Formats: sequence, structure tokens, C-alpha cells
Amino acid sequence: MSSTTQYCTFHLDKLLFGVEVQKVQEVIRYQAMTRVPLASPVVQGLINLRGQIVTAIDLRRRFEFAPRPAGRLPMNIVIRTDDGPMSLLVDEIGDVLEMSHDAFERPPETLRGVARELIRGAYKLTDRLLLTLDTERAVQLHGETKTQS
Amino acid sequence: MNDLDNVVREFLVESYENLDQLDRDLVALEREPGNRERLSSIFRTIHTIKGTCGFFSFSKLESVTHVGENMLSLLRDGQLTLDADRTSALLNLVDAVRAMLAKIETTGSDGDDTYQPLIDLLTCLQEPPQAPEPSPHHDVEMPTEETVVRPNTIGEVLVREGKVTRGDLLDAVRRQMNGDPLRIGEILVEQGLVKTQDVRDAVATLQESKAAASLAETNIRVDVGLLDKLMNLVGELVLARNQILQFNANQKDPAFLRTTQRLNLITTELQEGVMKTRMQPIGNVWNRFPRIVRDLAVACGKEVRLELEGKETELDKTIIEAIKDPLTHIIRNAVDHGIETPDVRLASGKSRVGTLRMRAFHEGGQVNIEISDDGAGVNTERVRAKAVERGLISRDQADRMSDREAAQLVFLPGFSTADKITNVSGRGVGMDVVKTNIEKIGGTIDLQSVPGDGTTLKIKIPLTLAIIPALIVTSGGDRYAIPQVSLLELVRLKGEKARTGVELIHGFPVYRLRGKLLPLVYLNHELDHAAPAPASEAINIVVLQADDRQFGLVVERINDTEEIVVKPLGKIFKNIPVFAGATIRGDGKVALILDVLGIAQSAGVISEVRDRALAELQDESDDCESEKHTLLLLGMGQDRRAAIPLSMVARLEKIPVKDVEWADGQEVVQYRNRILPLIRVSKVLDVDAGDDRAETMQVVVYTSAGKSVGLVVDRILDIVHTGLRAQRSTRHNGIVGSAVVQQRVTDLLDVEGIIRAAAPAFYEPAGD
Repeated sequence: MSSTTQYCTFHLDKLLFGVEVQKVQEVIRYQAMTRVPLASPVVQGLINLRGQIVTAIDLRRRFEFAPRPAGRLPMNIVIRTDDGPMSLLVDEIGDVLEMSHDAFERPPETLRGVARELIRGAYKLTDRLLLTLDTERAVQLHGETKTQS
Repeated sequence: MNDLDNVVREFLVESYENLDQLDRDLVALEREPGNRERLSSIFRTIHTIKGTCGFFSFSKLESVTHVGENMLSLLRDGQLTLDADRTSALLNLVDAVRAMLAKIETTGSDGDDTYQPLIDLLTCLQEPPQAPEPSPHHDVEMPTEETVVRPNTIGEVLVREGKVTRGDLLDAVRRQMNGDPLRIGEILVEQGLVKTQDVRDAVATLQESKAAASLAETNIRVDVGLLDKLMNLVGELVLARNQILQFNANQKDPAFLRTTQRLNLITTELQEGVMKTRMQPIGNVWNRFPRIVRDLAVACGKEVRLELEGKETELDKTIIEAIKDPLTHIIRNAVDHGIETPDVRLASGKSRVGTLRMRAFHEGGQVNIEISDDGAGVNTERVRAKAVERGLISRDQADRMSDREAAQLVFLPGFSTADKITNVSGRGVGMDVVKTNIEKIGGTIDLQSVPGDGTTLKIKIPLTLAIIPALIVTSGGDRYAIPQVSLLELVRLKGEKARTGVELIHGFPVYRLRGKLLPLVYLNHELDHAAPAPASEAINIVVLQADDRQFGLVVERINDTEEIVVKPLGKIFKNIPVFAGATIRGDGKVALILDVLGIAQSAGVISEVRDRALAELQDESDDCESEKHTLLLLGMGQDRRAAIPLSMVARLEKIPVKDVEWADGQEVVQYRNRILPLIRVSKVLDVDAGDDRAETMQVVVYTSAGKSVGLVVDRILDIVHTGLRAQRSTRHNGIVGSAVVQQRVTDLLDVEGIIRAAAPAFYEPAGD
């Protein structure tokens, strides 16, 4: 069964995304955060994960979606990256799904912008699509920061 | 490397250490070739390496060390003398051995290079210079091996130093065995055989030798990785401790409180202990320098004496590693560029041998390292020219620079004044890298140079990087940590002062800190937070030191001081200069650590141009607020002081009292063929005149519109040039106000008012 991969799924806006289970360190509830002034708005803040400082990236902002409705707290998916653990803020956590590679398809050429950059492809579920997230790129911010006037 | 035997690895570690020792010994030996102890120590080291590699069958290494050993044994036996050639050859041998060891470490074998030229050289240098006499200094009495046998008792030390005879000692020992409670030293002193001082010296010698002996027994080797891990764990423990202490405030259970207190103390001690394990004397780095300096000096044809002071100063291992290369570079520069060749030195009246001094010491929680040479100093003219030539600054900038500023140009990237590239330095990567590396570990570097007299570099670095004391402040509702090393003082302006304390120069806020203008930076503004609350409440200023500048950081609130564990920020924040890292505070929240230098830079506090502009503005403001005046100081009555602007004074005269005449009810004197009306100032001011019986009067002559009047004053005290700010301005009784001059309250006289009151006719247009 080497042709299947397990995905940890989550909801963002109206879409269903998946991250390879091996890349996920843990999933935790919303944590109080320390904002980082001058940093890119995509960075929501820093959280204290059992003594380790983890940067939280707001995936809604990263995807340039509308902001999360007020009063709805995001969830943290902590993933492992070369630069230590990072947290992705998502709307809701879904199931872990085992996907067969047969159902995978690369994104169509019509996909543009951030979506093209961050979405590796789609698994065709019966009723909807599971989009796989390129986590490396999702936590890369091209070093853009607000420059001071 | 994996299949490498533990034994071989141990051999390598030990040999590396021995080789470092060899470098030092050889350089030291060159200076005092007669030192047998050093010679035999060198001999033993080489001998050990040779023996061990025979054991492991590293045949090439063995053959190289073998020739070296032969030469050393001849040297030791006095059949050869150690000269510069032989020292160089032996140092080459050390390098060869080191290279081979490195090969063994990576490949497991001692390589293919047989080092034949070196072996030939060493063999050739072993030919004794046809010694006609079998070395008269050969000391048969003292076999070399014995020099390392360490004495165990005071008696032995004394006998060895020739202070007592063995017979006397035996007598004393016998007395002791017969029940004399005194110690050997005391018995000998009592019998008048030795002086107390000798015994004291002997005790000191003994303790030293015992310490040396026991060092080997009480030390173990520990992997640095393990220490790093321990350090991290202790960091975590400190954080957990801080969190528990916060809970403590709400707890009432005495047993719990006691336990947390204990936890607190133990953690602090543990932290100190673990920090200590990472501390190393700076001597570990410095030990390489005698060799480097010697090689450089020989290569450049110079003579240099290296003085090291404060070798035992301790530093965190990571910092030691970090300063190794910068220091080496500085030393190279000093020998290559700084110190002159012997003939140049003699020509400029200096001693032949140049001195390079390195000094390390602790001060204010930091380690200071000073490297000074007595060489030619930085040629600021050449530095300016070079910097302009390389397009680093404009001609105009160069001309306006002070020499001190110009000397700092050597820290600019891509700067090198070396006219020709030597193999030592002058490749354009230089002092800028040194500066960057030092700043990377939170240190600062400063260069002072006196042309013709030498250069001094001052480096300040923190003791450790892992756990630092910090000041916690609030901005925009969030907490931020400021490392205390850059903290100078805290200033709090309340009430009236909060409204008036901060002044604006051209829109730049400043605060007068003890009379000097301190540029202010608003943290809220730097962090893009909302504007600070209206300035009606208190203003908190954190006075910080960045490079050699001071500035005040205005924060919303100053909270507390706390030991924090510095954690690096992720890569995605690396282009935000104002943060140095992050930490977890006692309440579990993350706080960002401010980078003081970064803030100063992003706020423009430490850009030279702005600095100059500020200085100019400062001068202007001085001018408009309190102009400089030249004043004539007068004494009135008993002890009142008055002043009039010197610009209003035409002349000062002494007039005999008997010359005073009367005209039209007014005192007058004949003065330069005219009648000069006199006005007694003390009468107008209504103060008691001083001495009525004086024979002469002090008269200040005031001239206006071709007419003159004499103001009679009691005393003329002084002429001063001073800034003046009238503090009371009450224009009455001939006074325009008062000011403090020379620490005394002084009335400023209203000259025209006085004249008008006493001689109203003076201002009337000249009649007819």
C-alpha cells in the first residue's frame, strides 16, 4: 500500500485542505499570542509551546482570503519545518484521511497567484476536493516586512 | 571517523593539546634557550607522540617525530644550542605533526606525504657546529628527568633550595617523632636554622606543585554538546521556576512556599554552576598568539614582544570561539601594519622591539579586551584618501571628518590601506568582518589611534549569551525585554515636567539629562503602535547606550527586571532589525527582546550625518536660549553683586575723591577737558555705600551720543564671559533682573534707567 498517503485535513474558508501527517507535529487549540510589530501581517504572533517559541502563520491571510469572522477562534496545526516548528492557523480541524495516489491530480493551469504557489494538487473525493498544501512555501514569506516610513 | 578506535581518538585529543603546549614552549624557549625544564617537556611530548604512533603503526608520523626527537635530545644534552633556525624547524615539525594528526582524524591513516624535506632539514640542523669543547654548561649534577619530580614536604623544598642541610632536617624530623607538636618549619625556625620567610616561600612552592599535580586527577573531559544540552535544560528550568514563583504570590500554604523558595535558590545555583562549566579562561585562545606573533614578526622582518595580561579572565565557550578569529585578525594587522621595522623604529626614537599588549578584564558585567601596539598608529590621511578612492565616502565628507572619525573608517566594508597585498593581510576583507563578528555576539569595538604612538583597540563583549538580565517594559500594551547591558538609567517625568521636559529641535524630541541633550526615541513609534497616550501623565525614559551614543527610549511603562533566556527568532523575522530574539516570561507569555543597536539604527540615532545635524542644532539652540555675554561684575554695598554689559562701558577710571566738584547740584569731575557728571549707583539702588573714607572712587564711564557720564561704583570685581538667562525680570530701581553668575546671584543693572533717574538732563538733546 505504498501508493497512499495520510493527510491531516482542515477547513479554511470554504475549502478543504490537507497536510501530510508526517509533517504535523501536533494539533492544538487556540493559544494566546504575542504579536510581532513590523512583521508581515501574515504572521499572527508567537506562541509558547511548552517552552518553545513557535511562530503562528494565519493561513487565511496567507491565502489572501477574507479575515476570519469575529468571535471564531482558529486552531493551530504545528508543522515541522527546517526553521523549527511553525504553527498554521486554520478554521477547523477535519479527519485524517488516507488518500490513494490515483485520485491525485496536479492543479490546472488556470490556477493563479497565491493559490498556484501554495496548492500542490487535489485529491478527488466523492463530493469535494482535498487540496494539498505546500507547507514549505506556506511558511515562506519572501522576507517581506512592512518598511518603516 | 566512525570506525575510529576510542583509543586513537583519545590519542588525537591528547596530542592536539600537547602540540599547543609545544608551540608555547618552543617560542618561550627561544627567548631563554637555557631552560632545561621546558626542553625536557618538549622532548617528552614528542617522545610520547612518537611512541604512541609506533604503537598504532603510523609509520610516517613516527619517522618525522623520530628525527625531531633526536634533535631535541641533542639540545637537551647541551650538544646543540637552540637558535632561530632550529626553532623554526621545530615549529615546522609541530605543524607537520598537526597536519598528520588531522589526516588521521579524517582518513584514519597518516597520509602519503613523507615530509622528506623537513626530515632532511632537521637532520642537517643536527650537525653540531663542530663543537670543539663538549659543552661546558652541561650540568651533570642535574639530570633532566629529576626536574619534574615534585617535592612532597616542606623539608624537601628547603633542602633543595639550599636553606637547610639534610642533617638539620633529619634532626628536626627526629624531634617531631619524639613528640614535639611543632611542625617541621616551626622547629627549623625555632632553632634559628631558617628564616620565617623562607618557610613561607617553601609552603607556597609546595602548594603550587601540589595544585599542578592534582589538576590532572580532578579533571575529566566532557563533550561540549552535553554541556550545551545542560545549558538549554537549565534555561528551561529557569523559565519553569519563574512561572512557579508567579503562582507563589497566590499561595498560602507555608510548606509550598518553603519548597518553592528552595527550588528558587537551587535553580539559581545550578544555573551559575552550569554557566561556570562553560566558562573558559581567555588564555585558551591567547595561547596561540605567541606563536602567531613570532611567525608574523619573522615573516615581516620585525621584532615584536607580546605581552599578555589577564589570561585567566573567563568567558563563555561559545564567545571564546567567536572571538578567536577576530582577535587573530587584529593581531595580524597590528604586527603587519602597526608595528614598524626595527630601523624605522630606531629612526623615530623608539626601542628596536615593538610591543604588542593584550589585556583582558571584567568590568560592569562585561569582558573588556584591549589590544594595543606602540607602532605607527593609523595614518588618518591615508585612510581618508583610501576611503575616497574606493568611493566609500565623498571628498567633502572626508575633509569634515575628525581624525577619530577617520580612524573608524577602517571598519567600513571593503577597506584596506595596505599598499601592497602581503600574504599576511591586505586582502580587503578585514576590520569590517572583525566588527561584524564582534557585534554578532553583542559586543562593541572601538579604535583609538595616536599617529606615531600606536593604536589601541577596545572590545567589550558580554560574559554569556544564554541567560541575561533584562528590563521588561510595555509598549502598545505588550511587554518587551531590553537587555540590561545597554541600560544606563531610568528617568521618570511626572506632572509639570512631563508636559515641559521634552523639547523639540526641528521636530526631533530631546530631553535635557543633567544639562546634556538626550535624543528621544518613542518605542511605540518605532514599533508602529498607536500614538502614545497624551503626554499629560508620566513619561518613562529608558536611557540606553548604543555604540558610543546615548539615547532615551520612551516607553509606556517600566515593569520589572527579569532573568530571561534568549531564544532566537525564526528566519522570517531576520530583516526586522529592532528585535534580538524572544523569551518566555514568568507568566508563560512570549516577549520580544529589543535590539538596542537595531532600534538606534532604525531611529537614526547613530547615523553620523544626523548626529552632526543634531550637534549643529544644539549649538543654535544654545545661542537663542541664552546668548553669551561679556559682563563687568561690580560689588555694591557690603556684599551685593551687580553686572553691566561690557559693551556699555567706555572706560574704567579711578578718580581721587578730592577732585570731585559740584555743578548745578550735581557731583562732577574734570575729565579729559570736559565736565563729567557723576552718579552714585549705590544711591540710586538704595544700598549702603561701601567705604566712605576711600581716597579714590571707581568710576565706570558711559558714553552715549557724544556725551559721557560717570557711574560711581563701590568695587570692580571681574569681567566674565558667560551665558546669561535673566531669572527675575523686574524693571525697577535701576535693575532689569537677576541672574546667577559665578554661582552668585547678581543684579543686572539698568544703566539707562539709572542715568535717567539721577541725571535726567543726560538724555535731553544737546541744547543750542
